[in-house]
Amino acid sequence: MKIIYFSWLKEILGISEENIKPPKEIKNINLLMKWLEKRSIKHKKVFLKSKSIRCSINQQIVNKNSKIKQNDEIAFFPPFTGG
Amino acid sequence: MLIKKGIGAVVNFTGIARPANNSGNIEHLEIEHYAGMTEKKIKEVEKYALKKWLLNTCIIIHRYGKIKPGENIVYVGTAAKHRKNAFKACEYIIDYLKVRAPFWKIEKIKNKKIFVKSKKEDEKKIKKSF
Repeated sequence: MKIIYFSWLKEILGISEENIKPPKEIKNINLLMKWLEKRSIKHKKVFLKSKSIRCSINQQIVNKNSKIKQNDEIAFFPPFTGG
Repeated sequence: MLIKKGIGAVVNFTGIARPANNSGNIEHLEIEHYAGMTEKKIKEVEKYALKKWLLNTCIIIHRYGKIKPGENIVYVGTAAKHRKNAFKACEYIIDYLKVRAPFWKIEKIKNKKIFVKSKKEDEKKIKKSF
């Protein structure tokens, strides 16, 4: 599973992406965020702000109850600020 | 060309990087984007606007990377038979790009990085999500 980070999430973590293999019981985005939070102090700092984080699965915006699969590309980011 | 297509109105919008905000002078903007998804979202809003406002044509350009004050950030051009549709479509597209296309702005002020926050009023303008 490929995880991509943007904006301040990338800044805090110091990485733009990582490949992970979460256990089978991690079935949705909410559970994945809680699991990622335990990876490091930096991850905890990021995912504690979960209300400010949006996400996508395979480049489609999804809500946090959405189911995930092992080969998904999942991105975490703050609300968009284009234009 | 314009006669052939029946175009009676063209609206151009250009978004420009401001030199300052409440925190001080902006040295430059850094715009990050989600490659692949960005192009997809721009194509989606283009397709939607062409159909909804019966546009003859529509051009959308959004820069990313380092942008200095005074430089262009975004361009939206719409052409329609009548001005009302061209104006409405242009406004919708730029509002959409602000909150529904995966771009993130960072302002560099006095060697500090400021992550620009999205505005709730901008979010409310666009109900439709493609």
